[in-house]
Amino acid sequence: MSALMIRDLHKSYGGLEILAGINLEARTGEFVALVGPSGCGKSTLLAMIAGLETVTSGEIWIGDRLVNSVQPKDRDIAMVFQSYALYPTMTVRQNITFGMESRGVPKAEQAEAVKRVAALLQIEQLLNRKPGQLSGGQRQRVAMGRALVRDPKLFLFDEPLSNLDAKLRVDMRTEIKKLHHRVGKTTVYVTHDQVEAMTLASRIAVMNQGSVQQFDTPKRIYDRPTNMFVAGFMGSPAMNFIPARLTGSTSIAVRAADGSDATLALAAPLPAGAPKDVVLGVRPEHIYRFTTDLKSRKPAVEPIQAPVELVEPTGAETLAVLRLGDLEITGRFEPDDAPIMGETITLGIDMSRACLFDPATKALL
Amino acid sequence: MAEIALSARHDPEAAAATRRYFWARFLVYAVLTLFAVIYLAPLLVVVFNSLREQSDIARNGLISLPRSFRLDAWAQAWGTYCVSGTCEGMKRNFFNSLWMTIPATLISTLLGAMNGYVLSKWRFKGSEILFNLMLLGVFMPGQISLMPWAFLLGKLGLTNSTYGLVLIHVVQGISFTTLFCRNFYVSIPDDLIKAARIDGAGFWRIFRKIILPLSPPILIVTVIWQFTGIWNEYLFGVVFTSGQQQPITAALVALTAGGTTARAYDVMSAAVLIGALPPLMIYLFGGKYFVRGLTQGAIK
Repeated sequence: MSALMIRDLHKSYGGLEILAGINLEARTGEFVALVGPSGCGKSTLLAMIAGLETVTSGEIWIGDRLVNSVQPKDRDIAMVFQSYALYPTMTVRQNITFGMESRGVPKAEQAEAVKRVAALLQIEQLLNRKPGQLSGGQRQRVAMGRALVRDPKLFLFDEPLSNLDAKLRVDMRTEIKKLHHRVGKTTVYVTHDQVEAMTLASRIAVMNQGSVQQFDTPKRIYDRPTNMFVAGFMGSPAMNFIPARLTGSTSIAVRAADGSDATLALAAPLPAGAPKDVVLGVRPEHIYRFTTDLKSRKPAVEPIQAPVELVEPTGAETLAVLRLGDLEITGRFEPDDAPIMGETITLGIDMSRACLFDPATKALL
Repeated sequence: MAEIALSARHDPEAAAATRRYFWARFLVYAVLTLFAVIYLAPLLVVVFNSLREQSDIARNGLISLPRSFRLDAWAQAWGTYCVSGTCEGMKRNFFNSLWMTIPATLISTLLGAMNGYVLSKWRFKGSEILFNLMLLGVFMPGQISLMPWAFLLGKLGLTNSTYGLVLIHVVQGISFTTLFCRNFYVSIPDDLIKAARIDGAGFWRIFRKIILPLSPPILIVTVIWQFTGIWNEYLFGVVFTSGQQQPITAALVALTAGGTTARAYDVMSAAVLIGALPPLMIYLFGGKYFVRGLTQGAIK
């Protein structure tokens, strides 16, 4: 059964269309991430699910109930905000019980719930403090506690980690994942950070300009992005886009650094009706130093010459900027096997992992 | 060693700079002192006169250092001095002012807080226009509304009563209190309201439990502003009330105008001071909160 179902949802302010026909669905217990650049409509979509924004047209179902015109408090949801939105004049305990108090839950039951949530999030020692006396990570925990205590049908997270510093963000990301694993609640999680989406979600909806570009598992989104936007947005460093020409049904030509054409064999034949000009999409980690040994292990690897313009060692891996025609592409290498700045190496491009796009429609071929 | 020798040597440039700095400071303080004296002199004259004997004032003039000291004028001004036939001093008018100012201040502040809450957190179509119209009231001089008020008070049967003045000051004050509170509430993050709505709190519960507890800084500002303004207001008091119903500002004029005998400058001075005391007290005790509340946001 779906915990959340969104059908052809539209939102516009005056003449300005923010959401243009969203279709989305979250199964019970699923973790769905909405990811996209700022202004893509993901936060508006979340606010509409929460009932904080009105629906222009379309339907939102939570469980088996159409909630288009149901008040936020009656939607059986809980939400964690980017700013945490803790009530500044109340203690942590009062913050957590405020919702139950509003609903008239008996005192004893409230105390029990606070105890359970505080233990779960390890915030027992903070219960009598005010939000102003807490660190960023602690506030984050309290905000989650306030949401958890409700035991709702649906959890909504609005960029909950973006106010934390880099290290804490990674820690809290792990915590959220563990927590979701433990409580198993259906969750919709908005983020602009594709790593968060990849690591947390069971399914990701990549959004751009008010519509869902692709809604699929992280692996499918990463391996088979449905268009150039998704391909470029997910993954860091981003996928390389290399203009190419079809030279047969199973081969393409790309321009090498010296201006000559290099022919690369495709791993699979293109469908009929593919355009003459295409865009070859290659992720940095699918670019290798070409060796005969590699070719025997990965038969789909195709060689091409490229000068090394720049090398960026990060420790765990070394990124190299390589020249291909007028383009600079990025390759990701083992630090021990990394190219040296200035040398020209023979690259091996793993064509079985590469994507081909139509440059006119930007769609995956 | 070389450094010590360098720093110990007499530096004429530095000495000149120090001298220039000293004279610049001296000039600043001299000008400030002069203006302080100019501003404080009238108050000082009134305080002195309230403590001098009438004969001392008559002999040595209104502006002169006291050569006598007694508190009789204060007692007279408070309780026994005769104004147009009744010999009750300013006591009754003082309490009139109090019973007018306290409710008018509280009601207008509360209404301002509620207006500010709606205009900042529950915006609706046209709420900005409404706010701008209310702002107009800030710039409208009171005398413009004299005639409408005369008509309205007459219809309501509230002429020559403190209730009438309370009504006037509540309405006249709403523009200011709304402006203060609305601008303060704008700095409260909207996410708080959204979180509370999801938590099941409604309009009033959010106001009572979230907005009001954050409000003391701005409520202190509006209370001080309203109390001082309403207490010192004169026009409405003198137009719409008379005799025993007058607030103290209006009664003070009757006191100075009504004399057939020699002018009792000592009693007048004491009466003026009695009329000025409440706002002065408010300023002395609440002044720092006033500045703080105006400059600080809702959430630190």
